[in-house]
Amino acid sequence: MMPSGYELKKYTLPQVLQMRAKAMPKQVAIREKDLGIWNEITFADYYRHVTRFAAGLLALGFEKGERLAVIADNIPEWLYAELATQALGGISVGVYQSSLPPEIAYVLSYTGAAFVVAEDQEQVDKLLEIRSEIPSVRKVIYEDPRGMRAYRDDPWIIGFDEVERLGEEYLQKHPQAVEERIAQGHPEDVCHLSLTSGTTGRPKAAMLRHRNLLHMGVALQEIDPLKPTDDYLSFLPFAWIGEQMMSVGMALAGGFAVNMPESVETAMSDLKEIGPHVMFSPPRVWEGTQSQIWVRISETYAFNRWVYQQMLKIGYRAADYRMRGRPMPLGLRLAYWFADQIMFKPLRDQLGFLRLRRAYTGGAALGPDVFRFYHAIGVNLKQIYGQTEIIGIAFVHRDGDVRADTVGLPIPGGEVKISERGEILCRSDAVVAGYWQNPEATAETFADGWLHTGDAGYLTPEGHLVVIDRVSDVMHTSTQQMFSPQFIENKLKFSPYIKEAVVFGDQKPFLTAFINVDPQTVGKWAEDNRIAYTTYIDLSQKPQVAELIRKEVQRVNEGLPEHLRIQRFVLLYKLLDADDDELTRTGKVRRKFIMQRYQPIVDALYSGTDKVQVDTEFKYQDGTVQKVSVEVRVLEADGKPEIVGV
Amino acid sequence: MQLKVERVSLNFGGVKALSEVSLEVAQGELVSVIGPNGAGKTSLLNCISGFYHPSAGKITFEGHDLTHASPHQVTKFGIARAFQNIELFTGMSVLENLLMARHTFGHYNLLDNILIYGRAMRVGVENRRFCEEIIDFMELEPYRKALVGDLPYGVRKRVEVARALALSPRLLLLDEPMAGMTLEEKEDMVRFILDIRAERGTTIILIEHDLGVVMDISDRVYVLDFGQVIASGLPEEVSQNPRVQEAYVGVDHAV
Repeated sequence: MMPSGYELKKYTLPQVLQMRAKAMPKQVAIREKDLGIWNEITFADYYRHVTRFAAGLLALGFEKGERLAVIADNIPEWLYAELATQALGGISVGVYQSSLPPEIAYVLSYTGAAFVVAEDQEQVDKLLEIRSEIPSVRKVIYEDPRGMRAYRDDPWIIGFDEVERLGEEYLQKHPQAVEERIAQGHPEDVCHLSLTSGTTGRPKAAMLRHRNLLHMGVALQEIDPLKPTDDYLSFLPFAWIGEQMMSVGMALAGGFAVNMPESVETAMSDLKEIGPHVMFSPPRVWEGTQSQIWVRISETYAFNRWVYQQMLKIGYRAADYRMRGRPMPLGLRLAYWFADQIMFKPLRDQLGFLRLRRAYTGGAALGPDVFRFYHAIGVNLKQIYGQTEIIGIAFVHRDGDVRADTVGLPIPGGEVKISERGEILCRSDAVVAGYWQNPEATAETFADGWLHTGDAGYLTPEGHLVVIDRVSDVMHTSTQQMFSPQFIENKLKFSPYIKEAVVFGDQKPFLTAFINVDPQTVGKWAEDNRIAYTTYIDLSQKPQVAELIRKEVQRVNEGLPEHLRIQRFVLLYKLLDADDDELTRTGKVRRKFIMQRYQPIVDALYSGTDKVQVDTEFKYQDGTVQKVSVEVRVLEADGKPEIVGV
Repeated sequence: MQLKVERVSLNFGGVKALSEVSLEVAQGELVSVIGPNGAGKTSLLNCISGFYHPSAGKITFEGHDLTHASPHQVTKFGIARAFQNIELFTGMSVLENLLMARHTFGHYNLLDNILIYGRAMRVGVENRRFCEEIIDFMELEPYRKALVGDLPYGVRKRVEVARALALSPRLLLLDEPMAGMTLEEKEDMVRFILDIRAERGTTIILIEHDLGVVMDISDRVYVLDFGQVIASGLPEEVSQNPRVQEAYVGVDHAV
């Protein structure tokens, strides 16, 4: 009988694999699509490959504690190499496949890798280019032999098959060599280095221990149970913590079979063939799928479109009950059952979501409308939050308690604390040992036994965590209330009518905002409501538009604590533009510049007047300048409509 | 020499498309044929692949006389061709197009074929595997089941080459495989061509207008102009040849 649950934390990852290979040898552990066919790899096969490759590494002189880096797409050999390295007491290192040669050189010399597993000729060529900069690398092991004929004579380079063959020979002479080393492993040993996406400076490598990965896998399954017969599609880079957490931590903790697509381009059609039970993707995947559905629906026949819209209305009503875990009234339950049969099930089938029990999104914020949409069509999408330093996941929504504006509750065994600076601090068995060869950063991030996330946030009365922004980007009002302008701006921009927003309030008594209405959607709205307008200036200052946006601002305010609410705002008479230096080229607002440029309006926001006269100049593309005088109205967020009937 | 073209002439009425063209290609070589439009490059390929029969001269491939062979006989000898104006079944998927090309390798009787049993089953599985390997080789996995007619031009060109490879050729004739492609698609195609030769040992005759590509990857180059070979040899020799420069760029009138 093999141990389960938190018992697993007493073992190393290779030990767990070894136990699975004995307890469930015929269970499928990995599936890989090759030549159009899904090939199954059982736990027994998996373990056999790992022992052979490990023995091959021994034959090539691999020593305990040495590092082996992998630069490859999602192929079973990635996992073989990782587990084999760990079996020998070594440390695996993930390198992103798209890395340029100088980046690879940095990672390999920083981690002092002795071996590198490279997928194909492309990656081997990169390594050859930087060969003189990476003296620590003794062997490069390639997986795909295509185009490698010319490299055969170079003793630096060897094939994956060849290493496994050497391993087989080695095992004939020393049959216990690998098993002895697996038995020597300790759950507190560092087993993998995962690069953190440093936004500033060189990336650091977090030191993952066996215990960290297994704790994460077991703890998450305590709230979201899985079965070994479940399926998961692994299509994001293994160098990323998210994929380590799923394909190594969760899978070995008894989660599911890891399915690997044929190629990066086929991932989405392979998804449909597999029909996974669980998924984890960054927001762009969810947003992309949603817009694909929209595009296809808008191209279909009018009748289909009508049915879709009617069913979706029912879906949205049901989603509101579901996300809060409240039982639906009988009528709605019947209506949803019908909608599910005729539309949502076939739709989910088309996308490969039919068997999906849970889906996670993480890495960035996902709009509340996207959440509602997926719950409406019957996909249980949940937000997670965490860093590489805590194996990717510290918080998750519970089933039936999905709030689009929070990241959920801590996973079992995790603690959270908000520091005096407003920083989110976490503690659990998943927190890694520190950064590789970087004691200063380690001391800073892991001070007093807490993981300092660098993110600012707060806890709601229900205990949900809300992440605001990086601590370095938050501001304080004159009453020392912390807020993140970007956090609120993003919330405003989730409205289809708001194109751009700039929030002020640093050292001011309350928060205010500039809002750019979206000329397309608001223009269309005005036409539909028979409101005549001429220019953008005219449109932005219409009282009816002011009411429309006021409602949007009120909606955003409702979801925010008292001190983060927008009190007064103006609808700016011109679109912020990168050509006028108001936005950066990547579309970020240049707050200080905007504040200076529109100083009179900012003053009006805080002075209590309800109107401000602004003289402005417009530069046209032919160079001519036109002077315009605009009366900008200052609006109260909780004000009453000035005109009746809108 | 694997392929020998000896003093081949081709006339259409009074027009001499080819006059006394001779060309030799050894096993595993990558030989390019270049020349201005209408120089007779495609006519030469048509003679080799049996679409046209020369008015005079002789063509042999591995000892077989191709001079009067029909296209399907030429295919059986081990020569395959990727056409300039993609000649695929647009209403069939990529995989079906490849399997179709492969059908010449199926030798089974009608009954087996109807029952999909015995030999027909075995051959079917072998053929599918072979075609899947080519799909993998030409990186066509995302399009396996897509209709050829729905694919972008650059991808269809790749399918055209893949279809020729499905015939397991020992000599591959490529007629402007990179025409109309973007730079990136061209780079990919060059890599495929080099890999075809390196991995499969296939001899390749390439017709191409992009001189940069030709000079980079060819072992030897033949230059045709008005149906005659005006130069041949190593790429660097050919590009130095004044007659070639004249035929290609025209006579330099400016000083």
